[in-house]
Amino acid sequence: MKPLITVESKAIPFAENNVDTDQLLPKQFLTEITRQGFGKHLLHDVRYLDNNESVLNPDCVLNDPVYAGAEILLAGENFGCGSSREHAPWAIADFGFRVIIAKGFADIFYANCLNNQILPITLPRVVVDDIVMQCRQDPNQLVCVDLSNQEVRFNSDVFSFAIPLHHKQNLLTGVDKIGRTLLEENAIAEYEAKALHI
Amino acid sequence: MPKTLYDKLWDKHFVTSVDGDGLLYIDRHLIHEVTSPQAFDGLKQFNRKVRRPDLTIATMDHSISTQSASLDACGPKNALQLKTLIKNCHANNIVLYPVGDSHQGIVHVMGPEMGLIHPGMTVVCGDSHTATHGALGTLAFGIGTSDVEHVLATQTIRQSKAKNMRVNFNGELPEGVFAKDMILALIREIGHDGATGYVVEYSGDAISSLSIEGRMTICNMSIEAGAKAGMIAPDDVTFRYLDGKAFSPKGEKFEAMKVAWSALFSDADAEFDKTVDIDVSRLSPQVTWGTNPGQVIGIDEAVPQLPDSYSDGDASAMQKALQYMDMNAGQSIDDVAISHVFIGSCTNSRIEDLREAAAVALNGQVADQVKAIVVPGSMRVKKLAEEEGLDRVFINAGFEWRLPGCSMCLGMNDDVLKEGDRCASTSNRNFEGRQGRGARTHLVSPAMAAGAALKGKLTDVRLLLRGQP
Ligand code: SF4
Repeated sequence: MKPLITVESKAIPFAENNVDTDQLLPKQFLTEITRQGFGKHLLHDVRYLDNNESVLNPDCVLNDPVYAGAEILLAGENFGCGSSREHAPWAIADFGFRVIIAKGFADIFYANCLNNQILPITLPRVVVDDIVMQCRQDPNQLVCVDLSNQEVRFNSDVFSFAIPLHHKQNLLTGVDKIGRTLLEENAIAEYEAKALHI
Repeated sequence: MPKTLYDKLWDKHFVTSVDGDGLLYIDRHLIHEVTSPQAFDGLKQFNRKVRRPDLTIATMDHSISTQSASLDACGPKNALQLKTLIKNCHANNIVLYPVGDSHQGIVHVMGPEMGLIHPGMTVVCGDSHTATHGALGTLAFGIGTSDVEHVLATQTIRQSKAKNMRVNFNGELPEGVFAKDMILALIREIGHDGATGYVVEYSGDAISSLSIEGRMTICNMSIEAGAKAGMIAPDDVTFRYLDGKAFSPKGEKFEAMKVAWSALFSDADAEFDKTVDIDVSRLSPQVTWGTNPGQVIGIDEAVPQLPDSYSDGDASAMQKALQYMDMNAGQSIDDVAISHVFIGSCTNSRIEDLREAAAVALNGQVADQVKAIVVPGSMRVKKLAEEEGLDRVFINAGFEWRLPGCSMCLGMNDDVLKEGDRCASTSNRNFEGRQGRGARTHLVSPAMAAGAALKGKLTDVRLLLRGQP
């Protein structure tokens, strides 16, 4: 997968709390059998006024042309809770986001983001609130995310963020996780040989 | 060092570490039509094989009709997805229990009842309610499709260790209050993300006295509190449940396994990062008023007032939920009129759930304006219920009796609500749009759902059970 190192872009302030994966990618799009094309359905119920996705909701910040091309999504608490559907991060990536800055993530969603080269960053509430406010006031504000140094740079502020080292390495190199695990085949086979509990 | 049950299961399945992750061996991998096609595609792309088809079990549940056994009943997209599952299972030698098979059912209902899930196992599935299986003393959790692919290829999963939480449910459940009410009360107490980052072990005398079905209801909704997994140490109730199941070990082997399973508990002095105590004897039947499973009250309570402080997002989130639900702060929840009732889902579609609901349904007729459906969790539950005559009870009372599947829990088939519909539902998620765009969901126990069907409104089922009109 494509390495993720530094992202500098506008950020879309969609900062609600408890945005669940049912909202991010509603069930009617789960019948697809490929990973492609989910971006247009992202947040379907709030982005569109009709079921056919022909009428955009002008009040939805994701539809605001001033944020076009943004690669960073600003989110609230417990982002991505609910269903384990990876279709949600597929939609987020397909829409063009590479980084999500939130007040908190649900566990499965966090793992699913990492598996799709999306960087999930947790920052303190007040910091996210501040970035959200400023990006609302001035949509052209750029946010710079530097994974190597684990920093979010915004105006003159620098916020460091935590990420387990191995997740960071995987994102920086775009590693094939399965290929990597398969290098451990001997250990797996040994485990199988002694695990008679199955 | 003293260990928790989770620590023990972790250690038992630890293969090695890979780049800072623990690599855990997976004993059972359950798959279904929705989250597996892209995983099989990925395997094909890299020319990889399924490592242990014999530990992989497939069924159809999410996108099937509950009114017809035809794969084409819900349109060409659903049909293609179902047929893709058939193709992938066939190509990879995976046993599939398709629509119409006597073992078919919601993945979290059919697995345990076939005896495929034993204490001490690790169980994963591309579905967030996999924690259901923790009721049998397993480490069971939901994963995304990339990890489904990883498990197919390697029979392992990469994990960081979660923290340990213990929830003690103590006291005796009052009449009309059930396992569903216990878990809803917990989520109310700790919040919608109160267990994020934790594996929760449920214990206490109220857990010991629950059946496996009730325990599954509780473990099932662990994810609604954000938990990675929920689990319960196996005991005699567990062993009795497993004894004689189709795929359970038999005879001496079973006795030997019982000895091994009996060691699966948290050591007395094991440390938990967090402990929560809940006295169930004071609980009333619970019902959600909002749009996340933490927005819960007792049926005899009023919807909470908006917090005074607008400093955080809580007040506006509450207001948004109230608006979506068309409810008011301070309003009593009893007597809110409903249009639909759904009895089903991996939370509450087991035989015991249907018995609870039928005991209430016996007392009357579904109200005129209400459409009520009962969707058993599996073919086996359906058959058993029919043998007991529960189907007649429901049909005579005006409920529809359907074929097994996920159905209106998420509405990937044609069991979808319309804008403005209001449903008393035994499922697990009351998110905006979950059961249909603009539709409103109140999560309740099976007995409460049946009561709501008869009254045409949310109602205190304790009164109905006492024979009050
Ligand atoms: S019944 Fe609902 S929650 Fe359970 S597996 Fe099916 S869709 Fe998921």
